[in-house]
Amino acid sequence: MTPHPTATPAYPDIKPPVTSIGLIGWIRANLFNSWFNSILTLLVLAGLFKTVPPMVKWAFIDSLWTSTSAECHADGGACWSIITANIRFILFGFYPPDQQWRPLSAMILLVVMLLITRNRRWWHRALAWAWVAALTAMWLLMRGGFIGLQFVESTQWGGMPLTLILAIFGLTAAYPLGVVLALGRQSRMPAIKSLCVIYIELIRGVPLISLLFMSSVIFPLFLPEGITVNKIIRAQAAIILFTAAYIAEVVRGGLQAIPKGQFEAADSLGLNYFQTMRLVVLPQALKIVIPPTVSILISAFKDTSLVVIIALYDILKTTQSTLSNPKWMGFSTEAYIFLAAVYFLCCFFMSNWSRQLEKDLST
Amino acid sequence: MSPNDTHTDTLPAGDPAGAADAATKPIIEIIGMHKWFGEFHVLKDINLEVRPTERIVVCGPSGSGKSTMIRCINRLEEHQRGKIIVDDIELTNNLKNIEKIREEVGMVFQHFNLFPHLTILENLTLGPIWVRKLPKKEAEETAMYYLEKVHIAEQARKYPGQLSGGQQQRVAVARSLCMKPKVMLFDEPTSALDPEMVKEVLDVMISLAQEGMTMIVVTHEMGFAKSVAHRVLFMDDGRIVEENEPEEFFSNPQHERTQLFLSQILH
Ligand SMILES: Nc1ncnc2c1ncn2[C@@H]1O[C@H](COP(=O)(O)OP(=O)(O)O)[C@@H](O)[C@H]1O
Ligand SMILES: [Mg+2]
Repeated sequence: MTPHPTATPAYPDIKPPVTSIGLIGWIRANLFNSWFNSILTLLVLAGLFKTVPPMVKWAFIDSLWTSTSAECHADGGACWSIITANIRFILFGFYPPDQQWRPLSAMILLVVMLLITRNRRWWHRALAWAWVAALTAMWLLMRGGFIGLQFVESTQWGGMPLTLILAIFGLTAAYPLGVVLALGRQSRMPAIKSLCVIYIELIRGVPLISLLFMSSVIFPLFLPEGITVNKIIRAQAAIILFTAAYIAEVVRGGLQAIPKGQFEAADSLGLNYFQTMRLVVLPQALKIVIPPTVSILISAFKDTSLVVIIALYDILKTTQSTLSNPKWMGFSTEAYIFLAAVYFLCCFFMSNWSRQLEKDLST
Repeated sequence: MSPNDTHTDTLPAGDPAGAADAATKPIIEIIGMHKWFGEFHVLKDINLEVRPTERIVVCGPSGSGKSTMIRCINRLEEHQRGKIIVDDIELTNNLKNIEKIREEVGMVFQHFNLFPHLTILENLTLGPIWVRKLPKKEAEETAMYYLEKVHIAEQARKYPGQLSGGQQQRVAVARSLCMKPKVMLFDEPTSALDPEMVKEVLDVMISLAQEGMTMIVVTHEMGFAKSVAHRVLFMDDGRIVEENEPEEFFSNPQHERTQLFLSQILH
């Protein structure tokens, strides 16, 4: 390097120019920066003024939280009592009331595991085993039938645990299956490739509802006499097969985004196909497709509510059943707001997690 | 290192008799090889022998098939006629053999092709751990040794995207070296680099040459060819048109097309 001639900077450091100061500055720059925007701002303010106070009054000020249905009918505000009075049925369906601490503990265990898993510092092999153990424990706890725990048949499972079971098992099984299908679709072996293409296109060509019907009505016809497969498992299988096809297509997009040079570099090191995929290609491809994958997972989570049509009592169905009770008829707004809040919380958790994951994985 | 190695410390430019001792068995043998891309005849009757510690520079106009030829040597491309024998193994569709050959043949690409999701150190240990089955600790020690060698050890924990082009290419060289290959192939390793970074990569390649590495280098860096190569090949239109010691090749090119090419790149 050649030494610089002793040139002292002629300009001292200066701060960037200030464009707006404080709240007033921000408001003027963003809300009232033209006559059109000013009118829009005023209209929106008027609209909010008209709607928000009555809503707050209805939902919080005039609302009843722990009343009887008769009191609710007399009152003009929101009747949250429909939720509080029926919370056990909404959450746990027909699970025997004196045993409901079991699904409750199972759900708490699940939430704890999810919170732990959220933090990438815990991502070791041990965590995978912890999940296997936790899921087994949850299943045993729900099912019972040993050391004094009353046996509860899975036809009696319902409400939140059912929704979560369908979602968690559905999503965790669909994801790897989808990845395998995507790899199969890229395969150079024609038999595997066409098998995967046919599967994906067939499944994507039918709505989930028809798959659920098939699983509950048609599938048993093919089973030999006397053998029955649990209805939950059949619905679960339908959800897995359905979601996997969509994940496969998203993952395929990710695979296509990986430059040829990555495959060549892996090949020239002597890595075999599986090593190349596992160590080089998939980590990059799956990361690229986190946002669309999470969209699919979120919609699959919400789609679990379709199991009502084969008479499984997930949380949507238990809530609806509450509404059909003559005592609580007419409070569907409250009930559906509650349902929406439950679904929203779960979906928000997922999307929030995915955003964090993307940030952690960005290199 | 091969016992016949006579080029450990000196670099007498263009002294084929030294390295390419006619008695030594070639490590790469290409015999009457042809390759087509569909209908397009890319490589025509390629014949080439490379002996251990020999250093060969391949040049020629763009599209003449240089990359394709060296990519055939580790089967990134498949040839359709003739034979390619590397380290006594003939390249066929046998996957096991292909993987064995790839272990022994390192390759450096024009665009580095580092794995962006792995740190520099992980890039270097991937092959040794999964292909050579070395314990992680040993693989990391080897990796650090080669990173020192390419003067980049302090970057071991960074990701490829955080390095300059020249640094990335040196990492790519080190990544290949970690596999302890018998042959190194370079496909225009400096042509994607900013001019000020070309030298740092060439220096690494020269020191590799000094240690007796067998190398086939596709490059237009004629200074490098003159000082390092034992033989220079000139390719045009899918054929090896001319092959000579560097001195002869540059001062007295035989073929008209070689003369034209040299006059174009040497100004
Ligand atoms: N995968 C491919 N499919 C079809 N044609 C190709 C492919 N790769 C290279 N070619 C063609 O083969 C010829 C030789 O290419 P290449 O070996 O890359 O030349 P060079 O490295 O000498 O510039 C070029 O005409 C190129 O267009
Ligand atoms: Mg090329």
